[in-house]
Formats: sequence, C-alpha cells, structure tokens
Amino acid sequence: MKTRIIFLITYSFLFFFIASLIPVVVVAAQQPTPSDDEVNAIARQLYCPVCENTPLDVCPTTACHQWRELIRQMLSEGKSETDIKQYFVDYYGARVLAEPPRTGINWLVYVVPPAAFLAGVYLLFRAFTTWKRQAKEPIKPAGQSSSLGSGTEPGKDSNIAADADYASRFEEELRKRQ
Amino acid sequence: MLAQFGFGVFVLTFILALFSVGAAVFGYFDKSDRWVEAARRAMQLTFPLITLASLTLAYLLVTGHYELQYVYSVTSNDMPFYLKITALWGGQAGSLVLWSWLMSAFASAVTLRKWERDRELLPWVIVVTSVTLAFFLSLTILYENPFARWWQTTGGDFVPHMFAPAGAFPVTPADGQGLNPLLRHPGMIIHPPMLYLGFVAFVIPYAFAIAALVTGRSDDRWIRLTRRWTLVAWLFLSLGLVLGMRWAYDVLGWGGYWAWDPVEISALMPWLTGTAFLHSVMIQEKRGMFKQWNMLLIILTYALVIFGTFLTRSGVLSSVHAFAQSAIGPMFFAFIGITFVISIALLIYRWKDLRAEVEMTSMFSREALFLLNNLLFMGILIVCFWGVIFPLISELVTGQKVTVGPPFYLRANGPLFGALLALMGIAPLSAWGRSTFKTLGRALWKPSIPSAIVPVVLAILGVHNWIALVGFTLVAFVIFVTLFEFWRGVRSRQKKNDENFLVSFWQLAGRNRRRYGGYLIHLSMVVMAIGILGIELYQTTTQKTLAVGEDIQIAGYTLRYDSLAQFPYTDGRIVTRAALSVYRGGKFLSNLYPRYDYYTASGQPMTIAGVRSTLADDLYVVLVNWENVSAAQAPFKVYHNPLVNWLWIGSLMFIFGFLVAAWPQREEETRQGNT
Repeated sequence: MKTRIIFLITYSFLFFFIASLIPVVVVAAQQPTPSDDEVNAIARQLYCPVCENTPLDVCPTTACHQWRELIRQMLSEGKSETDIKQYFVDYYGARVLAEPPRTGINWLVYVVPPAAFLAGVYLLFRAFTTWKRQAKEPIKPAGQSSSLGSGTEPGKDSNIAADADYASRFEEELRKRQ
Repeated sequence: MLAQFGFGVFVLTFILALFSVGAAVFGYFDKSDRWVEAARRAMQLTFPLITLASLTLAYLLVTGHYELQYVYSVTSNDMPFYLKITALWGGQAGSLVLWSWLMSAFASAVTLRKWERDRELLPWVIVVTSVTLAFFLSLTILYENPFARWWQTTGGDFVPHMFAPAGAFPVTPADGQGLNPLLRHPGMIIHPPMLYLGFVAFVIPYAFAIAALVTGRSDDRWIRLTRRWTLVAWLFLSLGLVLGMRWAYDVLGWGGYWAWDPVEISALMPWLTGTAFLHSVMIQEKRGMFKQWNMLLIILTYALVIFGTFLTRSGVLSSVHAFAQSAIGPMFFAFIGITFVISIALLIYRWKDLRAEVEMTSMFSREALFLLNNLLFMGILIVCFWGVIFPLISELVTGQKVTVGPPFYLRANGPLFGALLALMGIAPLSAWGRSTFKTLGRALWKPSIPSAIVPVVLAILGVHNWIALVGFTLVAFVIFVTLFEFWRGVRSRQKKNDENFLVSFWQLAGRNRRRYGGYLIHLSMVVMAIGILGIELYQTTTQKTLAVGEDIQIAGYTLRYDSLAQFPYTDGRIVTRAALSVYRGGKFLSNLYPRYDYYTASGQPMTIAGVRSTLADDLYVVLVNWENVSAAQAPFKVYHNPLVNWLWIGSLMFIFGFLVAAWPQREEETRQGNT
C-alpha cells in the first residue's frame, strides 16, 4: 500500500511536471511572426524557380510572394536557414540556389576558371623565359621620354626619340625667330 | 502596301550584300579593280536601302498600323510619339533591323575612304562586312520579319505572316499592346543603340584584321587604320554598359546596378576582349610585338559580339530546349562556328608571318605588364563565359538546370579586378623595353607613400573590412600615380620651356592626347571603382510595412510614411505614389516619392524608386507593389547605397577622357608630345 502511494505521488509529480512543460513547448513553437528582413535574408539567397535569374526577395510574381510567405511560416515553425534552403532545393531543384551545389559535374564550374587562369599564367611565364633567352639585340637605355614613364627601345621608339629631339630643337628655333 | 515595299527593300538589300561578297572575292582573285569597285558600290548602296526600309517601318509604327504583328506588339494608341520611334528597336525584329542598319552605315563609311595605299585590303573588308550584313538581313527576311501582318486562319487562329496563308483573311486590331514598360526609361531608349554601335563598330577592325590575314600583310597597318574605329567601338560599348547599369538601378527596383545576369555578361564579354585589344595593339604599334595575340583578340571580340547577340536573341538562356526550338538560334550558332573556324584557320596559316619583330627582354617592362593586363582580362572573360554556359552544359548533361549567380562571379572576378587596379597604377610607371625591378621600384616609391597612408586613415575612421581597405588603397594608388605622372610631365616641360604650370599642363595633355587621355580614363575607372566598392561592400537594406505616420530607420536616416495617392496618367497607366519624409538626427532633409505604375493595356507594372542622391550615399526607397498596398498601410523596401554616385560620375569622366584620347592630333603635335 505504502509503495502504491509512493508510486502515485511520483507519477502525479511526473504528470504535473510534463503537463507544466507543455505550454512552454507550445510557446517555443509559436515564435513571433518573423519580420520582412528575416524573410528576405533567406529569400535573397534563393532564386525564383519560375523567373530567370531573379532573387526571391525582389521577385514581384504572385508565386514568389507565396514562397516568401512559406519562408516566413517555416521560420515561425523554428526551421533553420539550411532546412528552408534544402526544402526549396528538394522541391524545385538546385537551380533555386545562387550557386551550383559542390557535387558531381558541378565541380567543373569551380575548377575550370582557376585551372584555365593558372594555365595562362604558366604559358605567360614560359613565354617570358623563352623571350629572354631569344633576345639577342642589345637594348639602348631609356632616353628622355622615360622621364614621362615611357622609355625608349630599339627600332620604333628610338626613332620616336630621335624625332622628339629634332622636334624639340625645331620648336626652340621657331621660338627664337619669333 | 508599305509593308510589302519595306520587305521588298530588305530582300533587295540582301541580294546586293551577297553580290557584294561575290564581286569582291571574284575581283580579288581575278585582280579586277572593276569588280572590286562594283562590290564597293553595292556595299554603299545597302545603307540608303536599309535606311529606306527602316524609315518605312518607323512610319508604320508612328501611324499605328496594328495589322503588322511587330507594330502591334511594341506600340499602342496612347504611347507618345518619341516612344513610337524608339519602338523601332523595342522588339527582337526591330533590334535586328537596327543591327543591319548600323552595319551598313559603318561598312559604307569605311569603304568611302581613300584606298590607294591599302587597295589589296579593300575586297576582304567588303567580304567580311557584307557577310555579316547578309547574315543579319537573312534573319530579318526569314525569321524575324517586322513587316509580317496578322492573319486569321480558318481554324480561328491569329498568325503573323508576310503573305496570306491558304484560306486566311487579314485582321487589323484597333490598338496595340504597347512597348514593354521597362523599356520606356530614357536609359533603355539609348542603351540598345549604344550597345549595338559598340558591337557593330568592332566588326570594322575585325574586317581589316581578316583582310590583313588573307592578303598576308603582317605589318601594323590594319591596326593604325582602325584605331579610331576601335576607340569608337569601345566608347559606345562602355557607354552601353553604363546606361544599362543606370537603367537597372532606376527601373528594376532592386537597389543595384549589376546582377551578373547572363544578358549583362553577354555585353560585358566583348568589352573585356576589346579592352585587352585596345591595350595590346599599343605594343604592336610601339614594339612590333604580339601580332598573333592581337589577331586572336579581335577574332574573339567579333565572335563574342555575335555570341552576345545570339545569347540574348536565341532563347538559349531560358533553356537549351528553347534554343533548339527557336528558328534563329541554330542559324546564329552555325554563323559563329563557321566564322570563328575560318578566322582561326587563317590565323594559323599566317602564324609564322606574324612573329614579333623584337623579343621581350624584361618581365617588368611596360609591354610585359600590358601582357599581364591582357591575362587578367582573359581571366575575367573565362569566368564570365564559363558562368554563362555552364547552366546550359549542366542541363544538357544531367537534365538539371543550375544557377550561376553573383556570389560565383564576385568571388572569382573580385581578385582579378583588384589586380587590374594594381596594374593600372604600376604599368604607367614602367618603361618600354628594358625595365628592371629596381628601376620600376624607384618609380613606384613616391606614389606608394601617400597610398600607404590611406588604409591607416580608413582604419582610424572605422573601416575594418579588409576588401575595402585593399580596394580603396589600390584606388588611391592609381590616383596618386596618375597625378604623379601629370606632375612629372608638367615639371619636365616647365624646366625645358619656361612655361607656367597651367600652360605646361595644357600643352602636355594637348600634345600627347592618347597617353594623357588614357590616364584620364584610368582616373575615371578608379572613380567608378569607388562607387562599386561602396555599394558592393556597404549596402544595407530593410523592409517594413508602415501605417501612415509610422517610420522606418536605416543607416542613421528616418523615413516617415506620410500619404499614398493613386491617379490615372495620360498614357494609360495608373500611378500609385507614396510620399515619405526623410530625417537625419531629427532634421528634415527631403521628401521621397516611390511609386509603381500599372500599364492597363499590357497588364504590366513598373517600379520607380524614390531616390535621395548625394556624393556620400543614396537613399533608395521602393514601394513594394507585390505586397498589399493601401492608403492605410504600405510596405517599403529601403536601400542605403554608400558612394554609388561615384559610379555615374566616373562614367562622365570616362567620356571626357575618351574625347581627349581620341581627339584628332596633327602629326607634328604627335612628335612634340613625345618630348
């Protein structure tokens, strides 16, 4: 009998304890309505599944309005940003993300540009070293025009420098005549 | 009747363009000047003919001939006169007409010059321009005919056709749909012609390059002949891009100017290769180097010009399946492929003839830095090209579409643009030919000192974003280098000629316009970079639904919602306009009137932001028309865009710099300028 009373008291306590927790859980689940800024913070990372290249936060279509409301509802249900994004990917495909997910063939989008650029750097470096080896003609030192940031070089610019000297003397002579 | 006339003129022009190609080729191989002359005259005749056809179309647009499908789709009774004129390029068919008209104008202009010295180039310049023209005319005649009219079939369907389908009878609607509201903005009215001017003008240097390849002219004559064309093409393409940015900022209502949208990128790509070309040809002119590379760049630019038009016109961006179903998509694809393969084959054939006259001797010479600049432009091009076509590849291979959006482009291109900024500062201080690390370092240290102070000052002022610190330091570096270059030049002249500062400055810039115009363009670019860094790194936004009298805060500003008004406008739109008061620190600053216009005929809305612009920032308010708007409460989205105005100021400076660089210079002045 005594044991029964102890069990009854223990169960009663447990019942009241669990019952007292219920309102807390309900309150936790019913968070205040998320603000427009909170909704947009996620919406701007998603792309309208209907329109071309339009982020969800600025898309004016009715469908996108409903999707933003869906984000608001999911936020109020306590869903995380990752959950919400995954929900949209599951329903509408990877195109709703601003970038392709890093899986399978999509890796190409991230690998090809740096690989191509590095190949360009390598080719350029190789070309430089080849050119340096092949360069045989002695180069004249920078002339007067180097003071303006463009030195002279053999061939074309040495002519320009000579022309410049001539023009300078010519101008001087003209000034004296005046 | 007028429609048939216009169409007939297009067909005649197409035949003339084909004749021009045939006569030029025959004249070249037969060494017959008469045939080449016939080709030239045929080419020149295309311009007045397309002008006539375009004027016919303009007349039909202005007078509301809605029986024509094109007129019906881009005009309406309530549209003002000027918009009916701009509707000429407001739709696909009309924009292709504009392409052809500009192509014939430029080709005619280029064939009007005296050709004595370069007679052997003429037939092939005619061939390239005429083939391009014939291609665009064929699109107009076969697929995008602006003169097609409405017919009602026996099944009750309305179909556009040039000639009556069996059993169909003509239909004339009382009114048209009107021009897309988004295209009624001044920026969008000028933007397409500017872009097309840039696109088409790049065909001219390409035509000369191909002519040089075919005829085996390995000198830089083709570059000198087309220098001004290249500059004009680059100016218009740049202006087209900037106007597009301004249009997006004013009309699209998302608070930004560039969304890395494939359509935007398709216009940026030829600009990238064109800019690389513009720098690279200087090395060929000065040093006789990079002849093969310059050929490749102009071939790429031409291919990207056509590719850009293909991307925006073929429907391929919405889906590869739409491309397969579109009539003009495969035509474009074939044309790009054929012209590219032929061009590359010619380049390979002449590869050995185009070897450099001198070899590069230093990795720190100006030509080496220019080559590095080219590599960076190519890097950005690869990122852009790959980002645009990858969704198509993904759809083809996996059947799944993906989006390659701004985060990808910003992450990949950001460092490359930063490196370009750094080069813009370093390259002007390097010398042609032999320049060592030591000599370059000696030239760099003076402008580097004030630049090094900039991040310290910014950090003290509270800027802690490392990208901003690096970016603004590079901007300051380029500004100091450019000013230092001007100062050195002026001082040098002052010492030599005993002039006062202003006279020296004027003479210096006036006598070497290309160099100092180029420096001004560099300055304009860094001023634009200030705006880009400001908005990209520090833009903030907030959205809130306000009852009348309530306010919203952002970046120290308070915006109070005062009232809402709705009224019809004379051109058939219903305007919904909110009034807000802007305060800062309790002090009233101004009123803002964001609105959205609803075009009843087409059922399309347009959002016009209310913007308060200063040199420090823009306060950009959108009445969020996709949420519930009422007089009692309305949703507003507010953007705070720091420094964005410098982007537009930089573009104005760019025009000035261009005018200085491209202004015709007398021979003796050119020589003097090098002193």
